[in-house]
Amino acid sequence: MKFSEQLKAGVILDNPIFMQTIGLCPALATTTSLSNGIGMGVAATIVLICSNVVISALRKFIPDKIRIAAFITIIATFVTMIDLALQAFVPSLAASLGLFLPLIVVNCIILGRAEAYASKNKVLPSALDGVCMGLGFTFALVLMGFLRELLGAGTVFSGLSTLLPFLSFIPAEGFAIPGLSANPAVMMILPAGGFLMMGFIFAAIQKIMAGKEDK
Amino acid sequence: MAFNFPDAMGLTEVLSLAVAAVLVNNYILVQFLGCCSFFGVSKKTDTAIGMGMAVIFVMALASAVSWAVWYFILDPLGLDYMQTIAFILVIATLVQFVEMFMKKAMPALYSALGIFLPLITTNCAVLGAAISNIDNGYSFIGSMVYGVCAGVGYTLAIVLFASIRERLDATAKCPKCFEGFPIALVSAALLAMSFMGFSGLSIW
Repeated sequence: MKFSEQLKAGVILDNPIFMQTIGLCPALATTTSLSNGIGMGVAATIVLICSNVVISALRKFIPDKIRIAAFITIIATFVTMIDLALQAFVPSLAASLGLFLPLIVVNCIILGRAEAYASKNKVLPSALDGVCMGLGFTFALVLMGFLRELLGAGTVFSGLSTLLPFLSFIPAEGFAIPGLSANPAVMMILPAGGFLMMGFIFAAIQKIMAGKEDK
Repeated sequence: MAFNFPDAMGLTEVLSLAVAAVLVNNYILVQFLGCCSFFGVSKKTDTAIGMGMAVIFVMALASAVSWAVWYFILDPLGLDYMQTIAFILVIATLVQFVEMFMKKAMPALYSALGIFLPLITTNCAVLGAAISNIDNGYSFIGSMVYGVCAGVGYTLAIVLFASIRERLDATAKCPKCFEGFPIALVSAALLAMSFMGFSGLSIW
């Protein structure tokens, strides 16, 4: 499979969140702002790429019966590394992701790709699969985070400058949207808003899909 | 090697912890832990109850065992960074063990819960409870109570949601693009909003 096809599959056609509806916990919990969404997405993507590479490289040595346990051990190792790295270099992000950072280990997407793809394919395609699926996951989180932050806090890109230092021209609390930032719909950044926003995004997707089938 | 146990907790402390775990910090609706299974197995009330019971059972055991692993092995040896790896392996082994034990000793319960048990290994609620117990420095009794009550909260949410969903599929008329999963998410949002009413609740 060509990389462009893999990319299209990962980000759109087989998007882990929107099309396969797996890995919903982090997508709901960590998307209170765009920068949190990016942080979670990138952390999970790095774990996904690394675990895909190692699992693919070891696929002939791992006995079939204990493969799930072996996969989880490999994934947990990379999660621990990312957890420690973020605590050391981006403590503010580590604090806002909190419990969900170690919980990347039980993210269904990572174990799912290990089982469905990396354990059956060569190292390079598995790495690319990790990149594409991770991008799809990050894209979903960024979309959720952007919309929830916009409606719930009335700002865009808050906290982005601490996450990505080269974007230091963005103020730490983000750009306030006139009219929204004075009276934001605070519910959207509360748990209920996460479910609501995701419900509306899924409805929009079903609408688009139905429109395509009619043609 | 020095053991360093958390302080014992008083009865009122444990009781308020229990109320908080079931209602105020409900695992699914407030903390988003265990959402995959929440949407996956909530199509029928019976299966939702089965899953809830299995989660309570495994969470109580996992809380106890992971507490012991942390305070008797990892903490005294300074292996703090092994927490995630050790806990997920403890939970995976525990689930496997519970499955084998139940198959042999309690076949009736096994046939009721059997299919849900393997799912629990990758249920983030269980690992979440194990890590929270350590992060918050709960005593052994506190950890057990927290594990059971978080499981009860999970069961409460999933059973409520399953019964809403049964009615939704049977009777509700909704716009075509909302049919199925989107309307389930919106009703979960409404359920979560009603649970927001519990925030700030403290009895003692």
